[in-house]
Amino acid sequence: MIDCTVNGKATRLDVDPDTPLLWALREDLQLTGTKFGCGMALCGACTVHLDGQPVRSCSTPVSAAAGKQVTTVEALAGQPVGRAVQAAWIAHDVPQCGYCQSGQMMSASALLATNKAPTDADIDAAMSGNICRCGTYNQIRAAIKDAAGALRKGA
Amino acid sequence: MTLTTSRREFLLSGGAVAATLTIGFALPRTGRAMDAAPFHPSAWLRMGSDGVVTVICGSSEMGQGVLTAIPMLLAEELDADWSQVRVEQAPVDQAFTNPMFGTQATGGSTTVRAHWEPVRRAGAAARQMLVSAAAAQWGVDAAQLRTDKSVVHGPDGKQASYASLVEAAAKLPVPDQPTLKSRTDFRILGQPLARLDTPSKVKATAQYGIDVHLPGLKVAVMARAPAPGAKPKSVDDSQAKAVKGVRQVITLPSGVAVLADGYWAAKKGRDALVIDWDLGAASQLSSASISAMLDEGARQADKVAREEGNVKDAPAARRVQARYEVPYLAHACMEPMNCTAWVQGTGDDATVEIWAGTQSQGPAQGILANVAKASPAKVKVNTMMLGGGFGRRFAPDFTIDAVLLSKISGHPVKLIYTREDDMAAGFYRPAGVVHIEAGLDADGMPTWLTAGESSPSIMAASGFMKIPDNGVDSFAVEGLADHPYAVPNQRIAYGRREPGPQVWFWRSVGHSKNAFFIESFIDELAAAAGKDPFEYRRALLVKSPRHKAVLELAAAKAGWGQPLPAGTGRGIAVADSFGSYVAQVAEVSVADDGTARVHRVVAAVDCGQTVNPEIIRRQIEGAMVYGLSAALYGRLDFEGGRVQQGNFNTYPVLRMSDMPRVEVHIVDSGEKPGGIGEPGTPPIAPAVTAAIFAVTGKRIRTLPVDPALLRKA
Repeated sequence: MIDCTVNGKATRLDVDPDTPLLWALREDLQLTGTKFGCGMALCGACTVHLDGQPVRSCSTPVSAAAGKQVTTVEALAGQPVGRAVQAAWIAHDVPQCGYCQSGQMMSASALLATNKAPTDADIDAAMSGNICRCGTYNQIRAAIKDAAGALRKGA
Repeated sequence: MTLTTSRREFLLSGGAVAATLTIGFALPRTGRAMDAAPFHPSAWLRMGSDGVVTVICGSSEMGQGVLTAIPMLLAEELDADWSQVRVEQAPVDQAFTNPMFGTQATGGSTTVRAHWEPVRRAGAAARQMLVSAAAAQWGVDAAQLRTDKSVVHGPDGKQASYASLVEAAAKLPVPDQPTLKSRTDFRILGQPLARLDTPSKVKATAQYGIDVHLPGLKVAVMARAPAPGAKPKSVDDSQAKAVKGVRQVITLPSGVAVLADGYWAAKKGRDALVIDWDLGAASQLSSASISAMLDEGARQADKVAREEGNVKDAPAARRVQARYEVPYLAHACMEPMNCTAWVQGTGDDATVEIWAGTQSQGPAQGILANVAKASPAKVKVNTMMLGGGFGRRFAPDFTIDAVLLSKISGHPVKLIYTREDDMAAGFYRPAGVVHIEAGLDADGMPTWLTAGESSPSIMAASGFMKIPDNGVDSFAVEGLADHPYAVPNQRIAYGRREPGPQVWFWRSVGHSKNAFFIESFIDELAAAAGKDPFEYRRALLVKSPRHKAVLELAAAKAGWGQPLPAGTGRGIAVADSFGSYVAQVAEVSVADDGTARVHRVVAAVDCGQTVNPEIIRRQIEGAMVYGLSAALYGRLDFEGGRVQQGNFNTYPVLRMSDMPRVEVHIVDSGEKPGGIGEPGTPPIAPAVTAAIFAVTGKRIRTLPVDPALLRKA
């Protein structure tokens, strides 16, 4: 039994402690917005926030989430940064196949939570763990800059 | 891919697929009984009294934009208010047969080309019915009426919304030959409209195959054959069965599956299997043996794909020759291959339902009926959103395995291949070797050219095509045999060799290697002639105005000939594929350690009449990125029959920090529509390697680019 908070809700997960957080979210909680891509923390499709920090949920055991706040893409719209990110993603029509975009938006919102004026180097550093096979990187970069601008205006 | 040559075989293997080629009107108005929408004039659309137009799309969405393009085609001729247009994924039905394939399937950059007329006709027919309904209501001649944004306008300022007309329109006959608009009247086509699938993908509510859930669902993970043709000699599943949550272990022809309550238990069970694989002949397979076999095949190539003039007697002042090689490649879609299947009942009562991101739902119906021994009419295929396709999801392997596992276990089963198990077990872009030689006259222009290409045959591997009588697999030589350069004497031949790994369609298919071969060689000829590679191509493209136009536009926009920062070079390449023409200019620098970095890519595309220019630009950019990953990093190595790569650590792809700036310029030629999902891939590898030559003087003749060859001593 692991007790944690998922998207603001106290949650008890009845899974083996070595189970990756990804599968507890997807299969036990039916939060399927978080995607399986590689299983080795190589592609970033499974990125969620653990106490606000971006982590690869495919390689984070549920035990590591005990007593912590887990935030998934489903809760992004509930935060100012997440809303700005999603609005920019829609304005730039970023997704193609869309499969990696949950992870992209989670990495981007973690970046913007602490850095409202990211440089290209900041974006490279924060986003290079997230693979997109459709090649939407330039649109992601533009959307992050727009979201940052919107957040600066709002702040 | 082009399936037209072998449509018959495709249909046969599909089994259930009806042989008649139909357009959208084939499905009668049975929809009315099933849904509340009063106006359902064809399989392609329904309209309710709220004015909402729902377009039903039979093609699979894998990022290329069909869920937006098909509605745009229909809405244009319907004169619909775009803000009222929605889209829905179609079931498998004859009405959605892709006319270029003869079955319902998505690939070969065909969706817009194949549906350009039938879907517009469906929209035009619906519009004509609404107009007739208004004409009857007002007692005027329909010819006096015009339409705009879901409103019919009549004389004396009369107006009627489509919403108010649907009941009356639904009672009218569907016209057989509705008039289509002329291009100058287009209001929706050619506009950079936002994609209809974006909101659901940003809110993460879009349902991919892997997201399907059913009551009582078991999750299966498979140990798939680790080498071509490998069979399990013995399986010790005792440790796998001891894993908590594991329910069953099932051996299939393609591998050993572990069924469990969830993915993690199934994966742990899969890893606990002790399998003694019989690799058979594959145990001798290595990258070196593959390379040697294809090299011999290229030297001996004797199946003639193109012969013009007389190569033997052609005069030449000098000769240039080169050998190029490319490896097998995996698709590496972001969403690992998966399928959820539920087989219920047996014999005549058996029903099969699958949920999958598939590019070949039409053939799947017949194939899975055979697999489950059920009637094709009782196989239901639910096409889910695809987390990348690139041709990989045209293959039926994961749907077949899922259906078998559900049938044997009696449970609904979600089968997920791990990335490693997918990469290990085939469906690769073929490896290839080519030997090319040309003779140049005193001016440095080619008087003759010969090429021998060797690669395994996709046609033979596909299971639904046959190599034609001339022995040439057209996928093996596409882009090479039909290159656009004016050379008076040529002989281009194919030498089929089969090293063993299962080959398959991979974004841009044969063009993905052949553009690298021919464009690199043209670049070498230009260098041998002491001429600018852009000008050299222009001179040889006298009979190919569309190639020339994109080449010139890309060069102009890239500032061809203008100075670059020190240590940076430019390369240019052009290729036509899938009915479209693309030129790319790459700007590349090479670091002291030999790492090539692509800073900027300028592309020009002529894909004929445009549906959505923004989607076109994104597809050219994305397809270029796909090709760039392959050019810089993509390789599958074999040792003792086994693939050495398994995940993104050993099979790297382009990341944000490597991404060049990209510009895409569209040539609005007004020609008939070409494909757009694939044509951006072929030119990038030769453009990048030409740029590497420009900056280092070193020729890259084998992909991926090996930094060791470029390292400063």
